[in-house]
Amino acid sequence: MIFVVFLISVSMSIALVFLLAFYLSLKNGQYDDTHTPSIRMLFDNKPVKKEKSDSQISHLK
Amino acid sequence: MIGNKMATAQVVQTECFHCGQACEEVHWVNDKAFCCYGCQTVYEILAANNLCEYYQLENHPGISSRQVDEGIFAYLDKADIRQKLLTFDSKTFSKVTFQVPGIHCVSCVWLLENLQQMNRGILRSEVNFTRKSITIDFDPSAVALSKLVALLSSLGYTPQITLNTESNIVQPDALVSKLAIAGFCFGNVMLFSFPEYLGLNHSDPYLIRTFSILNFGLASLTFFYSGFGYLRSAGKSFSQKQINIDVPIAAGLLALFLRSSYDIVTTTGPGYLDSFTGLVFFLLIGRWFQSKTYETLAFDRDFKSYFPLAVQRLAYDQWVPTLIYDLKPNDSIQIRNMEIVPTDGTLINEEAFFDYSFVTGESRPALVKQGEKVYAGGRLIGQPVKLVVEKPTSQSHLTSLWNNPVFGKVNASKYKKIIDQSARVFTWIVLGIALLTAIYWQFTQPAQMWLVLTSVLMVACPCALALAAPFTYGSMMRVFGRAHFYLKNADVIERLAAVDAVVFDKTGTVTHGDKPNVAFVGHLTEKEMRAVKSLAGASTHPLSCLIAHSIKSISIDAISRFKEIPGKGIQGVIGDHFFQLGAAEFVGAPRVIDAEGSMVFVAIDNDVVGYFQVRTVVRKNIKEMISRLGKACDALLSGDVPSDADLMKKIFGTHPILMFNQTPHDKLDYIYNLQQNGKTVLMVGDGLNDSGALKQADVGITVTDNAGIFTPACDGILDGTQLDALDRFIRLAKASTSILKIAFVISFLYNAIALGFAITGNLTPLTAAILMPMSSISVVGFSSIAVNIVAKRKLKS
Repeated sequence: MIFVVFLISVSMSIALVFLLAFYLSLKNGQYDDTHTPSIRMLFDNKPVKKEKSDSQISHLK
Repeated sequence: MIGNKMATAQVVQTECFHCGQACEEVHWVNDKAFCCYGCQTVYEILAANNLCEYYQLENHPGISSRQVDEGIFAYLDKADIRQKLLTFDSKTFSKVTFQVPGIHCVSCVWLLENLQQMNRGILRSEVNFTRKSITIDFDPSAVALSKLVALLSSLGYTPQITLNTESNIVQPDALVSKLAIAGFCFGNVMLFSFPEYLGLNHSDPYLIRTFSILNFGLASLTFFYSGFGYLRSAGKSFSQKQINIDVPIAAGLLALFLRSSYDIVTTTGPGYLDSFTGLVFFLLIGRWFQSKTYETLAFDRDFKSYFPLAVQRLAYDQWVPTLIYDLKPNDSIQIRNMEIVPTDGTLINEEAFFDYSFVTGESRPALVKQGEKVYAGGRLIGQPVKLVVEKPTSQSHLTSLWNNPVFGKVNASKYKKIIDQSARVFTWIVLGIALLTAIYWQFTQPAQMWLVLTSVLMVACPCALALAAPFTYGSMMRVFGRAHFYLKNADVIERLAAVDAVVFDKTGTVTHGDKPNVAFVGHLTEKEMRAVKSLAGASTHPLSCLIAHSIKSISIDAISRFKEIPGKGIQGVIGDHFFQLGAAEFVGAPRVIDAEGSMVFVAIDNDVVGYFQVRTVVRKNIKEMISRLGKACDALLSGDVPSDADLMKKIFGTHPILMFNQTPHDKLDYIYNLQQNGKTVLMVGDGLNDSGALKQADVGITVTDNAGIFTPACDGILDGTQLDALDRFIRLAKASTSILKIAFVISFLYNAIALGFAITGNLTPLTAAILMPMSSISVVGFSSIAVNIVAKRKLKS
């Protein structure tokens, strides 16, 4: 029966990892705005200037 | 009117490239037409910064905006104000979040997120479309906060700056994480209980122990983290000696958890932890559903939101922007066109027009002469004027309304909620049954007494009952939202259902306050019409402005010998003709009185050719709505002079009382008296002048043509086009109360069945695990579906 206990602990820890992941994403504000990203992905980033613009730099940060 | 020919000039319509509105005057830049200098400037800024993609994402995405003077934002750079607005501040990096009501389309998001291309000091900007807010990271050493706001403002996205920001941002995070934990534990406890349901693990006591302990761990987490709020709330209601729905819930949760712990510790059984975690999970879903509201709408604005934050004050021969709360008597201040006077003062200029419609409801602008008093809340129409401050803002005539005790009451709900009434009855019944059962078992089988007693308390937990209200009213609130009727929260529906007296405001509510209908009676050629527009456009008199606006053509004619005779009319020479515009005696026409509005006569070369009729426009289908309301429609309270009393009589009929010249205080008192006579009052209003009445009424609804601007504190915001459906909304609210009662019956039935098991001592964990979620799901399903069916039927007919 020991293997059942082992499997349970594995499944529980996986489940806990996902719970933690959800909690962190919630705290990071990933669910604050669920609408704007769907608009934002429609924009093309035209490579107008050769140098990196501020926006690109700040995205790299 | 019969026999006269109606003619409105329809010349070439040019749409503004920026905002899409029909141009009255065209400014041409790069072969593109603009309706005003404001729109043209925005285009030029964008073109200069290579940001014309803005116009490709949407057609005419712009917002027509008045030109703003950058100086007016200088107060934002004061240290104490900066500190209140910025969420993070250091020498080279600052972060600020603004509410921008102007955000409305894809282009807005694109432009506002590309702000860094316009100013190197802006590091990053991010828009939240649903909240209509923008968060900007910037370098304060490169760009000042005032410059930032001025930039936004010059693009037409003027931020709404309020200094009491704490109410703006609500964090529902705690509830969501509680819900997540409860859901997680519920799922896992169910899995670990499954062998028990199937009777599989009785052969292995070691495995039973393991599962029980795991379940216990998960349930403790649910109990102490997710469910603890119910215990706390129950404790609070006990100390206030008021039993609410949380009391029986807390009793049930406590019984479930303690009994299960006992079972597990003494190894007498597997416990009821699956039911327990499920219960907490469902209860929290109900809370979460209820907590969803309209984030972008503000329901709690007070007079401060109407006023500008700062005005230009004269200090040592210089205009300095000053916060209105810092104004002192005898300060000189400057007010610009369309700005609101922040405090009572005396006019220095010769004369000026003030629109007091926010304060009094009177729609016609008032003429104020030099040395006369100007009251706070008036909106200046015309050229900038200077005023001498008489009183500090907090003591002005207008703000005195807010000293009324109505505004001091916090959450003064006189209404007893149905759910709390039922909870009280329910609690006593459950306690009675529990007591009787305990006595019975004490005499027959004393050993079983405690087990049976806890079972009774467990199944009596009114989870389904607690879910019925959030889901019935919550679904109804969403139905209303789809019909452009936005409620502050779901509780309003319950009060709306009890309404038996409806009181209306006139200007802006029953009528279109700011947009009177202008019609020309007579005949003018296109060219003459254009000339009239040019002439009217040269004057700042409110009637002239209305006429100039109503003629949609391009006026380019030059006027010579222009003359404005106050109180009479205007005249000037355009082309080869002498044009006159004004009162009957001014142009030499026979004096006619129009009961329903004002008349402006037109004369060309001293020949009267016709007149403009400026009339109040009543919203569509109001009459039918009023007659459907019948006896419930109680009164019309107007701050206006009774100039269109006849028109209103036609609409309202004989039963409702029509009252004119009502001050905001009068309106409040009227509502109060109705309530003293035992009525539940619904007030429908729009402006600042109704705020007292809206607050005093059991339900206060604001009618607006543009949700998001200028709505006083209220319980609900109704789109102006939907006012004719007001009676339907009330009927739907009543219907939802009936649905709620049926849902109560369903949940009681489940409780009765479960109690049957519990009293006889036959409640197994499996029965509980089946009955409890079933009752919740059927109640939620019933109320959501019933609401949608009823709404579909009633809103259509």
